[in-house]
Amino acid sequence: MVSIMMGLLYLFLGPLFGGLVTGLDRRITARMQGRFGPPILQPFYDILKLFEKEQIVVRRSQNVYVYFYLLFIVFTGVLFFMGEDLLLVIFSLTLAAIFFVLAGYKGGSPFSIIGAERELLQMMAYEPMVLMMAVGMYMATKSFYVGDIVTSPMMPILLLPGMFIGVTYVLTIKLRKSPFDLSTSHHGHQELVKGITTEYSGPALALIEIAHLYEVPFIMGFVFLFFGSNWLLGFVACLAVYLLEILIDNTFARTKWQFMLVASWVVAAVFGFGNIIILSLLG
Amino acid sequence: MTYLAKSPWIIHYDATSCNGCDIEVLACLTPMYDVERFGVINTGNPKHADIFLITGSVNEQNIKVVENIYNQMPNPKVVVAIGICATSGGIFRECYNVLGGVDKVIPVDVYVPGCAARPEAIIDGVVKAIGVLEQKHTQMKKGAAVS
Repeated sequence: MVSIMMGLLYLFLGPLFGGLVTGLDRRITARMQGRFGPPILQPFYDILKLFEKEQIVVRRSQNVYVYFYLLFIVFTGVLFFMGEDLLLVIFSLTLAAIFFVLAGYKGGSPFSIIGAERELLQMMAYEPMVLMMAVGMYMATKSFYVGDIVTSPMMPILLLPGMFIGVTYVLTIKLRKSPFDLSTSHHGHQELVKGITTEYSGPALALIEIAHLYEVPFIMGFVFLFFGSNWLLGFVACLAVYLLEILIDNTFARTKWQFMLVASWVVAAVFGFGNIIILSLLG
Repeated sequence: MTYLAKSPWIIHYDATSCNGCDIEVLACLTPMYDVERFGVINTGNPKHADIFLITGSVNEQNIKVVENIYNQMPNPKVVVAIGICATSGGIFRECYNVLGGVDKVIPVDVYVPGCAARPEAIIDGVVKAIGVLEQKHTQMKKGAAVS
């Protein structure tokens, strides 16, 4: 019953939370750059505006991929908040991301295709670390279920400190922050025009933005998991990690994909796999 | 009031300007003027843009580019001609390859004269453009209701 309630709460409050976090993010970013910044509710204004615009498509079928992207992002989040299997969450997140990539390929413009390729490279970069996180969680709590992990009396971070560093590292990729915002460039950087979303306008773009808002709560949830049943510490850690991500976003220039791939695999090997090895030797 | 007024995304194209107005447009985005506090974003993608800021006169080389950007923008959309070159051709009006102002090629809604146009004037122009944008939106809705 509680799990269904959590799922429904996520379904309705998830995008609101995501929007507020994104709005605060934009405001803090602006302050870091010496600007005043947009209103906190700006992400919602943007989405509502996009619904007022005309929808131009290159191919009529291109929006199908956007619908599936949104659907599977929501599905992933609902699974996560219902306390289901972490492995299933990770793989359905991958499926959602694949639909986003297909949307980019379907756009057909060179910019969106390069964006889609880079999104695939980003997935290659973060996927090993995220999968190892699931393995680590099992080793720490003897369960793959999110519901069991967040109620386990022992905080997984005590056994998985390396894993925590690794996940924080790849979170930068997943939150589309500099230096790893390769696939859909932020508005300021335009060498890819807008990457995957280049060919999407009006309501279709609004759906993509909504999917991004739905993504925020459970991506931060990955950080939250490390603190088991100590929920207060979990919230504090989420806040700290997000602020760190904003700081990194504002202080690093974008890297090339080669560096991103090598760096995140090295981090995954040292902090992720290293942590697993030490844990299995001790255990 | 519509949400168009709260999040006008701009695209900026430099036709044949000397870069003066161009720099002033970008100055609007800097901490000094910070138009992002009104939700303005410099998109660089015509398909995401609401307001087309164009500086400089139109010449034979870039007619196609200007038309292309304009046609790729989803409705409702507004064009703002920034600087005297964009409004009338300015001192380049008589040049053999210059057609004149931007309105020779695409419909212009707001003119912002000046050489170079001041950032304050540009922001003023964008605010006027938002008004036009809302008008166009109501027209668009009416048109959709009729058809």
